[in-house]
Amino acid sequence: MRALLRELAFPLVAVIAAFIVGGLFVWLIGDDPFHTYSLLIGSALSWPDGVGYTLFYATPLIFTGLAVAVAFRCGLLNIGAEGQLIVSAFAAAWVSIKFGGVVVDVFGSPLNYSWASLPALLLLPLSMLAAIVAGAVWGGIPGFLKARFGSHEVINTIMLNFIAAALVSYFTQYYYKIPGDPILQTAPIGTAAHIARLGRFIPGLPERIPLNLAFLLALLACALVYVFLWRTKWGYEIRSTGANPLAAEYGGISVRKQIVLAMAVSGALAGMVGINEVLGFRHRYYEGFSPGYGFTGIAVALLGRNHPVGVLLSAILFGILIRGGIFVDAFTDHVTKDLVQVLQAVVILFVAAEGAFRGSFGRFSLLKRSKV
Amino acid sequence: MRDIFTLALLFSAIRLATPLLLAALGGLFSERSGVINIALEGLMLAGAFTAASVTHYAHNPWAGLLAGICAGVLAAGVHAVACIRFKADQVVSGTAINMLFLGLPALFSGALFASSGSTPQIPKDQLIPWTPVIIAFVLVPVTWYILYRTAFGLRLRSVGENPEAADAAGVSVKKIRYTAVLLSGALAAIGGAYLSIGQSSLFTRNMTSGRGFIALAALIFGKWRPVQTMLACLLFGFTEAVAIQLQGVKMPSGDEIPNQFIQIIPYVLTIVVLAGFIGQSRAPRALGLPYVKEK
Repeated sequence: MRALLRELAFPLVAVIAAFIVGGLFVWLIGDDPFHTYSLLIGSALSWPDGVGYTLFYATPLIFTGLAVAVAFRCGLLNIGAEGQLIVSAFAAAWVSIKFGGVVVDVFGSPLNYSWASLPALLLLPLSMLAAIVAGAVWGGIPGFLKARFGSHEVINTIMLNFIAAALVSYFTQYYYKIPGDPILQTAPIGTAAHIARLGRFIPGLPERIPLNLAFLLALLACALVYVFLWRTKWGYEIRSTGANPLAAEYGGISVRKQIVLAMAVSGALAGMVGINEVLGFRHRYYEGFSPGYGFTGIAVALLGRNHPVGVLLSAILFGILIRGGIFVDAFTDHVTKDLVQVLQAVVILFVAAEGAFRGSFGRFSLLKRSKV
Repeated sequence: MRDIFTLALLFSAIRLATPLLLAALGGLFSERSGVINIALEGLMLAGAFTAASVTHYAHNPWAGLLAGICAGVLAAGVHAVACIRFKADQVVSGTAINMLFLGLPALFSGALFASSGSTPQIPKDQLIPWTPVIIAFVLVPVTWYILYRTAFGLRLRSVGENPEAADAAGVSVKKIRYTAVLLSGALAAIGGAYLSIGQSSLFTRNMTSGRGFIALAALIFGKWRPVQTMLACLLFGFTEAVAIQLQGVKMPSGDEIPNQFIQIIPYVLTIVVLAGFIGQSRAPRALGLPYVKEK
């Protein structure tokens, strides 16, 4: 219990510190910090809209937070979650377009981009699988490059973020955009691939709120990551590699294999964002849908101590910030939703610098990290 | 095709290479001293926004440039304190700086100019379209000289390669690293300022759009050496110039040439060079490791 409290203490300090620094900026630009924060929190926790949207925004952050955490446990920093989730969202959209049958386009006329029309029972799992596999591949590439050539995963994931954005933008623009559509987005996906909104099952929660079954998938992912990391041989080997790669290698663990595995699992988790976004919400791939979920995932993982429970809690916190930020943007004189970006940055800085006080972060930063 | 490759293209390549070069040289100082600087993007944004805002109020681009440099140094100071004093993970700290300066300019521009992320237009006579270009290219031999022909450069390199030995020889690892990181802030900020008050005439949200990362790519592609880094920046500037030039150009088949494929050239090249396909690119040995003094 004492240990748990200690684990919780610093993240709490970091959050409070971030709010103080953020408050200073709010004050500097001429708004009342207390009013801003009460508006932010109040709007994010109101029922049903506040809670619904907060959890909807928390969903992708749970996935990216878990993604970054799994990589961290192996001593790797995956700043490529953003690229992985872009590729995955497109993959999910692609499968559900290709096997989704005839759809109605934005102008109301029937449209056929598909090869086949599968029933929901087949199409939905297939589309979800596409997102997960695409993420695993896009995450596995930097893992492979590190294992095979020793090139640093940080640089490679950054580069792959840009490559993902450009390639997906190319396919969207030239192959899957409805001619005449002014927005850079694909044609809509087949209705069989839609995921039900939670509003359908929960009384009092209107169906216009995009919170959908992918949220439950996110909770399931938390549990699975816990089991994977702490109850399986693979997870044990990943954590051993992260704790001390030399000792792990000496103990008969193939560090190279663990690096590829951890990055692929990390990418697969990030890829699940595509399920929430494409199958659960927009029902198409929409360029620029992510306001940096992949990068916020770093903050979520760090604040959550790279533990699934911590990730869940901090993802909800950041969900509150995103939802509240949109509200604050509209209802204060000067503060914009960019405040969230600032709060997030300060949280990361504090948590990152905390290692100096306790030496705990050192556990996760590989001593023998290959050079950039 | 012939009318595409002209002298104008060359000039455009040089101008587009300039912000990359300034940021990359900044990164070079920081990384040769052993501090990873993926914050270049954020430092550029800090410089770009401050330079444009101050130029707008002071009607003087030099005041703007100076203020931009100060902002860059201040921002780099945060990175330096986090990495050197608190031994934070340098990549994580850099990521935070990038996020911070994605948010702060937008927040302030909302309050100062009632806009969502941009500054007002600056009149043409208050821009500095060429001076930063000259600064950037003059800095290449200067950086080379500092790095390889001065005592400071020797210390810088030794701190980046073997801080224990440098410390034993009486070099203050901390002081050198602080200097290097702050210097990187100043240079990246000039690069950013050039974007807002040189190439264009206002700051827009996220106007660097990844240039800080391309600069980082150029630094790695140039193997952390000044002249090679300059050549890499020119190459990446050239690809960007070609991409702009080819926009809307039709191929004989009648299709547009998709510029997404030209855009990704720097990123693909970086991955290829990091994997060791084009010669070995070796980082300073102590890069990324906080220095803990032996008791």
